[in-house]
Amino acid sequence: MTNLKLLWRDRRFWRISGQFLAVFLAVVVVIILWSNLNRNLQQLGIKFGFDFLKQQASFDIGETPISYKPTDTYSRALWVGLINSLRIAIAGIFLTTIVGVSAGIARLSDNWLVRNIALVYVEIFRNTPLLLQLLFWYFAVFLGFPKTENKISLWGLIYLSQNGAEFPWFTLSPEFSALLLGLTFYTGAFIAEIVRGGIQSVPKGQWEAARSLGLKPGLVMRLVVFPQALRVIIPPLTSQYLNLTKNSSLAIAIGYPDIYFVSSTTFNQTGRAVEVMLLIMLTYLTLSLTISVVMNLFNRMVQIQER
Amino acid sequence: MRKSALILAIAPLIFAITACSGESGNTANTSSTSAPQGIKNRWDTVKNRGQLICGVSGEVPGFSFVGTDGKYSGIDVDVCRAVAAALFDNPDAVEFRNLNSKERFTALQTGEVDILSRNTTWTLSRTTSVGLEFAPVVFYDGQAIMVRKNSNVKTLADLKDKAICVQTGTTTEQNLADQMRKRGITYKPVVFEDVNITFATYAEGRCDGITADRSALVSRRSILPKAEDNVILDEVISSEPLAPAVAKGDTKWADTVNWVVYSLVKAEELGINSQNLAQFATSNDPDIKRFLGTEGNLGEGLGLTNDFAARIIKHVGNYSEVYDRNLGPKTKLNLARGQNQLWSKGGLLYSPPFR
Repeated sequence: MTNLKLLWRDRRFWRISGQFLAVFLAVVVVIILWSNLNRNLQQLGIKFGFDFLKQQASFDIGETPISYKPTDTYSRALWVGLINSLRIAIAGIFLTTIVGVSAGIARLSDNWLVRNIALVYVEIFRNTPLLLQLLFWYFAVFLGFPKTENKISLWGLIYLSQNGAEFPWFTLSPEFSALLLGLTFYTGAFIAEIVRGGIQSVPKGQWEAARSLGLKPGLVMRLVVFPQALRVIIPPLTSQYLNLTKNSSLAIAIGYPDIYFVSSTTFNQTGRAVEVMLLIMLTYLTLSLTISVVMNLFNRMVQIQER
Repeated sequence: MRKSALILAIAPLIFAITACSGESGNTANTSSTSAPQGIKNRWDTVKNRGQLICGVSGEVPGFSFVGTDGKYSGIDVDVCRAVAAALFDNPDAVEFRNLNSKERFTALQTGEVDILSRNTTWTLSRTTSVGLEFAPVVFYDGQAIMVRKNSNVKTLADLKDKAICVQTGTTTEQNLADQMRKRGITYKPVVFEDVNITFATYAEGRCDGITADRSALVSRRSILPKAEDNVILDEVISSEPLAPAVAKGDTKWADTVNWVVYSLVKAEELGINSQNLAQFATSNDPDIKRFLGTEGNLGEGLGLTNDFAARIIKHVGNYSEVYDRNLGPKTKLNLARGQNQLWSKGGLLYSPPFR
């Protein structure tokens, strides 16, 4: 009796049994949902399984970074989509960092014009929906360019037309370009705010100390303030990278064949809603976790090393 | 500290309670319809509800389109009205749901709609792996390509290395790939999910051609800016039998939809339309008598009234009336009947005997 009473008051008992209960219930819920799904699928005469991935896709894809023909399998098509997603995510993260950090620093500039241009940029892009911006970039900007025959030349280096942006070594389709710019400027506006907040979080004394050492304003920022601001900036920056990656699924609206797009087509043609949704979830989960892990490692590097 | 332990212990309990209530709600639903999804008893579900829920596109003039007055019209819409007329003697006992090409099959599978009447091509894999039961074809179509008049594209081969706008989730996408593969023509597909965006992108000049069912091209061309600047190539690259569909599982329901569609065709064959229906009521022709339910009890076999076909004709008309109203020469689309003519006039429409 007394033993039981002791157990009842023991914090460890509660902690451990609580965990067990939670796991147990989670498993029960999953089993219920799973059997429910199976029963429903059975009623419709549909079998759950991933065999369809080996079937011939028989649809074409506009942008294929790896070789792909309609005779290839659905899994090959999904690979193409994944690589397209990675292309946009990597290029987007790279560009948006530049845009965001520049705009964030510009927000604190002593120059009235620079400061206010940055302010207007941030407020416009942060406060309008991304989908709207994507459609704007696609329809108003890229499809607004002249036809290939009369393409616009930028210093003879870049050519702009309805077929996209042509560089000396490669061409970017209007779908890719619109998506990239849309994501970059949208996410960049959020990053600008994060950078501004991070810089402002560095105590004023640090500025003053750096200046009293005789450092020029640029060096104060680069050597003293910014490294300290990074500690505040990186965690929310990670979220923005994740947002950018996930938001790239809006590509479906403007016809860029990313993983979400190819999955949708696959789902449409096979009717495998559950399997395809699982695949999409798994893909984005993996992408997001990878970005988190990398950014956490980076974060650890910039934290104060206690000696 | 104790407090947090308590919360930890309570949280899963709350979770469990909500999970249980979800489960019990499900079982209650199960017992009331005796099949969880209600698909096994779709016929009863519809009849008890007193209204048909019909999945349409809502974006293709002539097939299903919401007019400025908020009313639905089109051949796909009329099929649903005909089913409602047969069941309830009221063609307006239909609730229309707009579905895009991606949503349509799931909506049917999960029982959100009773019938899918949305320019859907009848294919083998949709019958087997998607779990659809197709009713008779209401429109025989074929896929074609539309280009700008001034583009010098006269045949499919002229589209080599050109961009072609396609809508995803349709057989169109695969047919185009097949056809181009067969002829060894390389092209660049520019694919969208939304039909409006697909056509807008073509209109903006991003694509040299756009492909869709011939009827859809004609229909969408009618609402393009500068419609007359676009031509549809003569080459037809596939056969697209468009048919309404129901979910597998309730034969009685599938039979009902099937015979409603046949009734439209049969009425035209017999020369009965909404105008002259009354004169036929006194006909001595046994075939007509059986069809209109003045003799025999064919309708009862479907769980309907014997005069179900007469109800359909009264409210919706026969196939040719439906066709003329939505696609015929008096409409903007002005599509020739072509294959969609009665078998007796060289077309493909044929109804099994009503006996």
